[in-house]
Amino acid sequence: MRDRIRVVPLVAAIALFAIISSTVLDLPRESAGLSEEMIGGAAAIHVNNVVTAVLLDFRGYDTLLEISVLMLATVAVLSLRDPRLGTRRRLTGTADLILRSLGEAVTPIMMVVAGYLVWVGSTKPGGAFQAGAVLGAGGILLALTGWVRPSWARHSVIRLVLSVGLLAFIAVSVTPILAGRTLLDYSDDMRHIVLLILESILTLSIGASMLSLFLASASGGEEDEEAS
Amino acid sequence: MSTYLIYAVGGALIFSIGTYALLAQRHIMHKVIGANIMGSGIFMVLIALGKRTPDGVTDPVPQAMVLTGIVVTVALTALGLSIAKRYYTLTGLDDLDQDPPACDGR
Repeated sequence: MRDRIRVVPLVAAIALFAIISSTVLDLPRESAGLSEEMIGGAAAIHVNNVVTAVLLDFRGYDTLLEISVLMLATVAVLSLRDPRLGTRRRLTGTADLILRSLGEAVTPIMMVVAGYLVWVGSTKPGGAFQAGAVLGAGGILLALTGWVRPSWARHSVIRLVLSVGLLAFIAVSVTPILAGRTLLDYSDDMRHIVLLILESILTLSIGASMLSLFLASASGGEEDEEAS
Repeated sequence: MSTYLIYAVGGALIFSIGTYALLAQRHIMHKVIGANIMGSGIFMVLIALGKRTPDGVTDPVPQAMVLTGIVVTVALTALGLSIAKRYYTLTGLDDLDQDPPACDGR
Protein backbone atom coordinates (compact mmCIF):
# COMPACT_ATOMS: atom_id res chain seq x y z
CA MET A 1 0.00 0.00 0.00
CA ARG A 2 2.83 2.34 0.89
CA ASP A 3 4.55 1.93 -2.45
CA ARG A 4 1.45 2.33 -4.62
CA ILE A 5 1.70 5.32 -6.93
CA ARG A 6 -1.18 7.67 -6.30
CA VAL A 7 -2.60 8.94 -9.57
CA VAL A 8 -4.16 12.26 -8.60
CA PRO A 9 -1.07 13.64 -6.80
CA LEU A 10 1.12 12.39 -9.66
CA VAL A 11 -1.01 14.20 -12.26
CA ALA A 12 -1.06 17.32 -10.09
CA ALA A 13 2.73 17.25 -9.68
CA ILE A 14 3.35 16.76 -13.41
CA ALA A 15 0.90 19.55 -14.25
CA LEU A 16 2.62 21.88 -11.77
CA PHE A 17 6.01 21.03 -13.26
CA ALA A 18 4.69 21.76 -16.76
CA ILE A 19 3.14 25.09 -15.71
CA ILE A 20 6.16 26.33 -13.76
CA SER A 21 8.78 25.30 -16.30
CA SER A 22 6.81 26.71 -19.23
CA THR A 23 6.44 30.00 -17.31
CA VAL A 24 10.17 30.03 -16.55
CA LEU A 25 11.02 29.30 -20.20
CA ASP A 26 8.60 32.02 -21.29
CA LEU A 27 10.33 34.76 -19.32
CA PRO A 28 12.75 37.05 -21.16
CA ARG A 29 16.24 35.58 -21.20
CA GLU A 30 17.81 38.79 -20.00
CA SER A 31 16.31 41.09 -17.47
CA ALA A 32 18.05 43.61 -15.27
CA GLY A 33 15.40 43.07 -12.59
CA LEU A 34 15.77 45.60 -9.85
CA SER A 35 19.52 45.30 -9.34
CA GLU A 36 20.39 48.78 -10.63
CA GLU A 37 17.79 50.51 -8.48
CA MET A 38 18.82 48.45 -5.48
CA ILE A 39 22.55 49.06 -5.86
CA GLY A 40 21.95 52.79 -6.35
CA GLY A 41 19.53 52.89 -3.44
CA ALA A 42 21.90 51.05 -1.13
CA ALA A 43 24.66 53.54 -1.91
CA ALA A 44 22.23 56.40 -1.22
CA ILE A 45 21.45 55.14 2.28
CA HIS A 46 25.10 54.21 3.06
CA VAL A 47 24.45 50.50 3.51
CA ASN A 48 27.19 48.78 1.56
CA ASN A 49 25.64 45.34 1.45
CA VAL A 50 22.81 45.38 -1.06
CA VAL A 51 21.06 42.30 0.32
CA THR A 52 21.02 43.80 3.82
CA ALA A 53 19.65 47.05 2.41
CA VAL A 54 16.90 45.16 0.57
CA LEU A 55 16.01 43.10 3.62
CA LEU A 56 15.78 45.81 6.23
CA ASP A 57 14.95 48.85 4.20
CA PHE A 58 13.52 48.51 0.69
CA ARG A 59 11.54 45.40 1.50
CA GLY A 60 11.16 46.00 5.20
CA TYR A 61 7.62 44.61 5.06
CA ASP A 62 9.03 41.18 4.21
CA THR A 63 11.32 41.18 7.20
CA LEU A 64 8.66 42.56 9.52
CA LEU A 65 6.24 39.82 8.47
CA GLU A 66 9.05 37.24 8.57
CA ILE A 67 9.84 37.97 12.20
CA SER A 68 6.09 37.93 12.90
CA VAL A 69 5.81 34.47 11.30
CA LEU A 70 8.74 33.21 13.36
CA MET A 71 7.20 34.66 16.53
CA LEU A 72 3.80 33.14 15.69
CA ALA A 73 5.35 29.72 15.03
CA THR A 74 7.25 29.91 18.33
CA VAL A 75 4.07 30.75 20.24
CA ALA A 76 2.23 27.91 18.49
CA VAL A 77 5.02 25.38 19.13
CA LEU A 78 5.32 26.42 22.77
CA SER A 79 1.58 26.03 23.27
CA LEU A 80 1.66 22.55 21.67
CA ARG A 81 4.05 21.26 24.32
CA ASP A 82 2.90 18.36 26.40
CA PRO A 83 1.66 19.96 29.63
CA ARG A 84 2.53 16.88 31.68
CA LEU A 85 6.24 17.31 31.11
CA GLY A 86 8.30 19.76 33.09
CA THR A 87 10.31 22.33 31.18
CA ARG A 88 13.45 22.37 33.32
CA ARG A 89 14.74 18.95 32.43
CA ARG A 90 17.97 17.68 31.03
CA LEU A 91 17.57 16.73 27.40
CA THR A 92 20.25 14.04 27.52
CA GLY A 93 20.28 11.47 30.25
CA THR A 94 23.92 11.66 31.24
CA ALA A 95 25.92 14.85 31.04
CA ASP A 96 29.21 13.46 29.82
CA LEU A 97 32.30 15.44 30.88
CA ILE A 98 33.70 15.64 27.34
CA LEU A 99 30.34 16.74 25.91
CA ARG A 100 29.93 19.35 28.65
CA SER A 101 33.42 20.74 28.09
CA LEU A 102 32.81 20.87 24.35
CA GLY A 103 29.61 22.84 24.87
CA GLU A 104 31.31 25.20 27.30
CA ALA A 105 34.24 25.77 24.95
CA VAL A 106 32.32 26.22 21.71
CA THR A 107 29.35 28.29 22.87
CA PRO A 108 31.33 31.47 23.75
CA ILE A 109 32.96 31.32 20.32
CA MET A 110 29.52 31.03 18.71
CA MET A 111 28.33 34.06 20.69
CA VAL A 112 31.28 36.08 19.39
CA VAL A 113 30.58 34.87 15.84
CA ALA A 114 26.94 35.95 16.23
CA GLY A 115 28.03 39.42 17.35
CA TYR A 116 30.44 39.64 14.42
CA LEU A 117 27.74 38.61 11.94
CA VAL A 118 25.43 41.39 13.15
CA TRP A 119 28.19 43.96 12.96
CA VAL A 120 29.43 42.87 9.55
CA GLY A 121 25.89 42.69 8.13
CA SER A 122 25.98 46.27 6.84
CA THR A 123 29.00 45.71 4.61
CA LYS A 124 29.25 41.98 3.91
CA PRO A 125 26.94 38.97 3.92
CA GLY A 126 25.59 38.60 7.43
CA GLY A 127 22.85 40.14 9.48
CA ALA A 128 20.33 39.44 12.19
CA PHE A 129 18.90 36.17 10.90
CA GLN A 130 22.25 34.54 10.28
CA ALA A 131 23.54 35.75 13.65
CA GLY A 132 20.35 34.58 15.34
CA ALA A 133 20.73 31.15 13.76
CA VAL A 134 24.30 30.87 15.08
CA LEU A 135 23.17 32.03 18.52
CA GLY A 136 20.28 29.55 18.53
CA ALA A 137 22.62 26.76 17.41
CA GLY A 138 24.91 27.60 20.33
CA GLY A 139 21.97 27.31 22.69
CA ILE A 140 20.92 23.99 21.15
CA LEU A 141 24.49 22.71 21.57
CA LEU A 142 24.39 23.70 25.24
CA ALA A 143 21.04 21.99 25.70
CA LEU A 144 22.30 18.82 24.01
CA THR A 145 25.39 18.71 26.22
CA GLY A 146 23.35 18.57 29.40
CA TRP A 147 22.78 22.22 30.25
CA VAL A 148 19.68 23.07 32.25
CA ARG A 149 17.95 26.42 32.06
CA PRO A 150 19.29 28.56 34.93
CA SER A 151 16.80 29.65 37.55
CA TRP A 152 17.01 33.36 36.66
CA ALA A 153 15.64 32.54 33.19
CA ARG A 154 12.01 32.43 34.25
CA HIS A 155 9.21 32.08 31.72
CA SER A 156 8.56 35.81 31.90
CA VAL A 157 12.21 36.53 31.00
CA ILE A 158 12.13 34.07 28.11
CA ARG A 159 8.88 35.53 26.77
CA LEU A 160 10.35 39.02 26.99
CA VAL A 161 13.45 38.00 25.02
CA LEU A 162 11.28 36.18 22.46
CA SER A 163 8.99 39.10 21.83
CA VAL A 164 11.36 42.06 22.18
CA GLY A 165 12.61 41.69 18.59
CA LEU A 166 9.15 41.94 17.03
CA LEU A 167 8.16 44.74 19.42
CA ALA A 168 11.33 46.72 18.62
CA PHE A 169 10.79 46.22 14.89
CA ILE A 170 7.18 47.40 15.16
CA ALA A 171 8.31 50.43 17.17
CA VAL A 172 10.97 51.31 14.59
CA SER A 173 8.48 50.80 11.73
CA VAL A 174 5.75 52.93 13.26
CA THR A 175 7.96 55.82 14.43
CA PRO A 176 8.18 57.36 10.91
CA ILE A 177 4.35 57.57 10.84
CA LEU A 178 4.40 59.74 13.95
CA ALA A 179 6.91 62.00 12.20
CA GLY A 180 4.53 62.39 9.26
CA ARG A 181 6.14 59.90 6.86
CA THR A 182 4.98 56.43 5.86
CA LEU A 183 5.49 53.06 7.51
CA LEU A 184 9.13 51.87 7.49
CA ASP A 185 10.35 55.15 5.94
CA TYR A 186 13.34 55.67 8.21
CA SER A 187 14.91 59.10 8.52
CA ASP A 188 18.32 59.44 6.92
CA ASP A 189 20.43 60.73 9.79
CA MET A 190 19.59 57.97 12.28
CA ARG A 191 19.19 55.11 9.84
CA HIS A 192 22.50 53.34 10.27
CA ILE A 193 22.62 53.31 14.07
CA VAL A 194 18.91 52.51 14.42
CA LEU A 195 19.20 49.57 12.02
CA LEU A 196 22.27 48.28 13.88
CA ILE A 197 20.51 48.42 17.26
CA LEU A 198 17.40 46.83 15.72
CA GLU A 199 19.49 44.02 14.19
CA SER A 200 21.15 43.34 17.56
CA ILE A 201 17.79 43.07 19.33
CA LEU A 202 16.41 40.93 16.50
CA THR A 203 19.41 38.61 16.82
CA LEU A 204 18.62 37.94 20.48
CA SER A 205 14.95 37.25 19.70
CA ILE A 206 15.69 35.05 16.71
CA GLY A 207 18.26 33.05 18.67
CA ALA A 208 15.78 32.59 21.50
CA SER A 209 13.06 31.58 19.01
CA MET A 210 15.29 28.97 17.37
CA LEU A 211 16.25 27.55 20.77
CA SER A 212 12.62 27.48 21.95
CA LEU A 213 11.46 25.83 18.73
CA PHE A 214 14.09 23.13 19.16
CA LEU A 215 13.60 22.56 22.88
CA ALA A 216 9.80 22.50 22.63
CA SER A 217 9.89 19.99 19.76
CA ALA A 218 12.66 17.89 21.25
CA SER A 219 11.50 17.58 24.84
CA GLY A 220 9.81 14.46 26.04
CA GLY A 221 10.60 12.16 23.13
CA GLU A 222 12.45 9.57 25.15
CA GLU A 223 9.81 9.40 27.86
CA ASP A 224 7.10 8.77 25.30
CA GLU A 225 9.02 5.92 23.74
CA GLU A 226 9.62 4.32 27.11
CA ALA A 227 5.98 4.65 28.05
CA SER A 228 4.63 3.08 24.89
CA MET B 1 20.28 27.62 -23.72
CA SER B 2 21.33 29.74 -20.78
CA THR B 3 22.75 28.11 -17.67
CA TYR B 4 20.18 29.67 -15.36
CA LEU B 5 17.41 27.78 -17.17
CA ILE B 6 18.85 24.44 -16.04
CA TYR B 7 18.58 25.57 -12.44
CA ALA B 8 15.14 27.15 -12.90
CA VAL B 9 13.63 24.06 -14.56
CA GLY B 10 15.46 21.88 -12.02
CA GLY B 11 13.87 23.95 -9.27
CA ALA B 12 10.45 23.42 -10.86
CA LEU B 13 11.15 19.66 -10.93
CA ILE B 14 12.17 19.64 -7.26
CA PHE B 15 9.04 21.63 -6.41
CA SER B 16 6.80 19.07 -8.15
CA ILE B 17 8.57 16.16 -6.46
CA GLY B 18 7.89 17.86 -3.12
CA THR B 19 4.27 18.44 -4.11
CA TYR B 20 3.84 14.75 -4.94
CA ALA B 21 5.38 13.78 -1.59
CA LEU B 22 3.13 16.20 0.29
CA LEU B 23 -0.02 14.91 -1.42
CA ALA B 24 0.73 11.21 -1.83
CA GLN B 25 2.61 10.25 1.32
CA ARG B 26 0.52 9.38 4.33
CA HIS B 27 3.25 9.42 6.98
CA ILE B 28 3.31 12.84 8.66
CA MET B 29 7.11 13.08 8.64
CA HIS B 30 7.10 12.44 4.89
CA LYS B 31 4.63 15.28 4.45
CA VAL B 32 6.83 17.68 6.44
CA ILE B 33 9.86 16.66 4.39
CA GLY B 34 7.80 17.08 1.21
CA ALA B 35 6.88 20.64 2.18
CA ASN B 36 10.59 21.35 2.78
CA ILE B 37 11.50 19.97 -0.64
CA MET B 38 8.83 22.21 -2.22
CA GLY B 39 10.42 25.21 -0.49
CA SER B 40 13.88 24.28 -1.76
CA GLY B 41 12.53 24.06 -5.32
CA ILE B 42 11.00 27.54 -5.05
CA PHE B 43 14.29 28.94 -3.69
CA MET B 44 16.16 27.41 -6.61
CA VAL B 45 13.77 28.96 -9.15
CA LEU B 46 14.04 32.38 -7.47
CA ILE B 47 17.84 32.34 -7.28
CA ALA B 48 18.10 31.14 -10.89
CA LEU B 49 15.80 33.89 -12.17
CA GLY B 50 17.90 36.49 -10.32
CA LYS B 51 20.85 35.51 -12.48
CA ARG B 52 19.34 36.87 -15.71
CA THR B 53 20.94 40.31 -15.43
CA PRO B 54 22.92 41.38 -18.51
CA ASP B 55 25.98 42.49 -16.47
CA GLY B 56 26.22 39.20 -14.55
CA VAL B 57 25.64 40.82 -11.14
CA THR B 58 22.95 38.80 -9.38
CA ASP B 59 19.72 40.64 -8.64
CA PRO B 60 19.69 41.14 -4.84
CA VAL B 61 15.89 41.12 -4.49
CA PRO B 62 15.36 37.36 -5.11
CA GLN B 63 18.30 36.66 -2.78
CA ALA B 64 16.63 38.65 -0.03
CA MET B 65 13.33 36.86 -0.72
CA VAL B 66 15.04 33.48 -0.40
CA LEU B 67 16.65 34.56 2.89
CA THR B 68 13.19 35.47 4.14
CA GLY B 69 11.81 32.19 2.82
CA ILE B 70 14.44 30.11 4.62
CA VAL B 71 13.38 31.54 7.97
CA VAL B 72 9.71 30.96 7.15
CA THR B 73 10.60 27.36 6.20
CA VAL B 74 12.30 26.88 9.57
CA ALA B 75 9.15 28.13 11.29
CA LEU B 76 6.96 25.89 9.12
CA THR B 77 9.10 22.82 9.79
CA ALA B 78 9.19 23.37 13.53
CA LEU B 79 5.42 23.89 13.69
CA GLY B 80 4.79 20.84 11.48
CA LEU B 81 7.04 18.64 13.61
CA SER B 82 5.41 19.87 16.82
CA ILE B 83 1.93 19.12 15.51
CA ALA B 84 3.09 15.70 14.28
CA LYS B 85 4.61 14.92 17.65
CA ARG B 86 1.56 16.05 19.60
CA TYR B 87 -0.64 13.98 17.27
CA TYR B 88 1.57 10.96 17.87
CA THR B 89 1.55 11.51 21.63
CA LEU B 90 -2.23 11.78 21.76
CA THR B 91 -3.21 9.07 19.26
CA GLY B 92 -0.17 6.81 18.85
CA LEU B 93 -0.52 7.17 15.07
CA ASP B 94 2.13 8.45 12.69
CA ASP B 95 0.11 8.50 9.49
CA LEU B 96 -3.17 9.97 8.35
CA ASP B 97 -4.68 6.81 6.83
CA GLN B 98 -6.41 5.65 9.97
CA ASP B 99 -8.91 7.58 12.01
CA PRO B 100 -7.54 8.45 15.43
CA PRO B 101 -9.22 6.75 18.37
CA ALA B 102 -11.39 8.91 20.60
CA CYS B 103 -9.14 11.41 22.30
CA ASP B 104 -9.73 12.81 25.75
CA GLY B 105 -8.17 16.14 24.83
CA ARG B 106 -5.21 16.05 27.17
